[in-house]
Amino acid sequence: MSGTHNSEAPSGGVVVLDPTGERSLPVRERIPRPATLEGLDLALLDISKARGDVFMDRLADLFTEQGARVKRFSKPTFTKPAPPDVRRQIAEECAAVVEALAD
Amino acid sequence: MTDSARPLLPSGLVVFVKRDCPTCELVVPVLENLAETGTLTIFSQDDPSFPSGMSVEDDTALETSWHHSVETVPTLIAVEEGVERSRTEGWDRADWERLASRTGLGPGLPDFRPGCGSLSVDPQNALDLAVRLGASAMGSRRVRYAPLEDEMEAAFDRGWTDGLPVVPPTERRVLAMLQGTSRKPDEPVAVVPPDLVECTVEKVAINAVMAGCRPEYLPVVLAAVEAACTERFNMHGLLATTMPAGPVIIVNGPIRRAIGMNSGGNVFGQGNRANATIGRALQLVIRNVGGGRPGEVDRAAFGNPGKLSFCFAEDEEGSPWGPLSADLGAKPGVSTVTLFPGEGPRIIVDQLSREPDSLARSYAASLRTLIHPKLVLAFDCVLAIGPEHARVFSEAGWSKEQLTARLHELLMIPTAELVRGAGGMAEGVPEDVSAPALPKFRPGGLLIVYCGGDAGLFSTMIGGWVTGEVGSQPTLREIRS
Repeated sequence: MSGTHNSEAPSGGVVVLDPTGERSLPVRERIPRPATLEGLDLALLDISKARGDVFMDRLADLFTEQGARVKRFSKPTFTKPAPPDVRRQIAEECAAVVEALAD
Repeated sequence: MTDSARPLLPSGLVVFVKRDCPTCELVVPVLENLAETGTLTIFSQDDPSFPSGMSVEDDTALETSWHHSVETVPTLIAVEEGVERSRTEGWDRADWERLASRTGLGPGLPDFRPGCGSLSVDPQNALDLAVRLGASAMGSRRVRYAPLEDEMEAAFDRGWTDGLPVVPPTERRVLAMLQGTSRKPDEPVAVVPPDLVECTVEKVAINAVMAGCRPEYLPVVLAAVEAACTERFNMHGLLATTMPAGPVIIVNGPIRRAIGMNSGGNVFGQGNRANATIGRALQLVIRNVGGGRPGEVDRAAFGNPGKLSFCFAEDEEGSPWGPLSADLGAKPGVSTVTLFPGEGPRIIVDQLSREPDSLARSYAASLRTLIHPKLVLAFDCVLAIGPEHARVFSEAGWSKEQLTARLHELLMIPTAELVRGAGGMAEGVPEDVSAPALPKFRPGGLLIVYCGGDAGLFSTMIGGWVTGEVGSQPTLREIRS
């Protein structure tokens, strides 16, 4: 019994083992786009890259002008994913989030 | 192997034999005696007509032998209601009499005669049997290529390769790979970024097959995956960065020689299977299990060729100093991987220095240029010193610690040379730094390793990536069998 023979089905196709994580991604509906920013709590998540704050400050001004309440968050370091606590707090307290990258 | 697939043995005495075994021939009179006076079931591995004149179960397919882990013939097993109570291997009168609850077995036979190897553990059969009967122990999804699909092209089509062909991970090859470790296929190894997928020994083995590893490399690959996926090493950030660095694997300890790794000439180059495939296997795990692919979460602007595989061993036997693993806290004699977030290697040529301080100054001048001559403290470095350079230090009696201390001294750079704008270059450290001088590397940020060919007054530096807790730190891991 040869190795090649062993991995072939009677119909001829080679059988291999899936090298991937075999994830099945849950499909999530996007929340509806808000009709207005008036009165909404918005999160600004700074990933802690240089000059990200410049961009965030400008966004905060623009959102505030449109009547939104802005809450500022930041990741401890841009090199790692946001800690679960930060993600949970944003999800609980805010209607939308803007995550900004800058350099 | 699943219990449901395991055939029950009949109650009474069961014996596994083969004709091609002198001990089995020897015990035929005993078998005849037991068959006449009790319940005996004989399984013959090579010839159902042996022993002649007796009722024999045909086990030439070796399924019953394999399922009941028969390693020697004859093996006598006492069975009660399908449950094995006791077994003995070869011919041992006392044991046979105990199992049969009889006395006076085999008059005229010697008291003891060892048996022969069971065909079910014969190296020519064992892997085929494992595939045929035991592959169900592997939990990964089976992917059947279409009959007209080329098995090499099929892996490219499914996005499973790093741009080079991969070895098709058939059940047989993955089972053979798993022989390289004592760890169970379903044992978790790490949670692999960026998708944070729990990765088993089996998934690592599949990707190791694809990378071209031999089974004996698997423990190194497993340790590398474990080390890469720690918070300390931060593979997620290293993958996602726009910088060119990738995981560099440095192997120390006895396993280097056991698996034939290269620590000498062309140490960072092509031509050695272990070096070339171990690093590749880690990267394939990141890609296939973790979902980390260039252009997606891998945002490298340039990358570097070492992201295909960058793995090498230290030449501990040739080194005048202790190994890198000891510097990082490993005990002597322990095999380890050290993961370093590294860019491509860059040469340091100095063919004239015969005094250690002169050579240290050449190193310092070169090391200063890493990343940018005006950027400091944010990046570590591996300094790989070759034999001809190391000799300059060892003949002058310099220890590794002495060299490291001298390099840190030489790499204290006046802040005036580093600030933004200095030298007509906008890049540099902020103007508000108050210290008069800054070190190029943080304490412990310069790692020295001994390797390379024995001709050439060269050394090599491998620049790092963002270091410390905000980035990635050199990570040591013991290699377990």
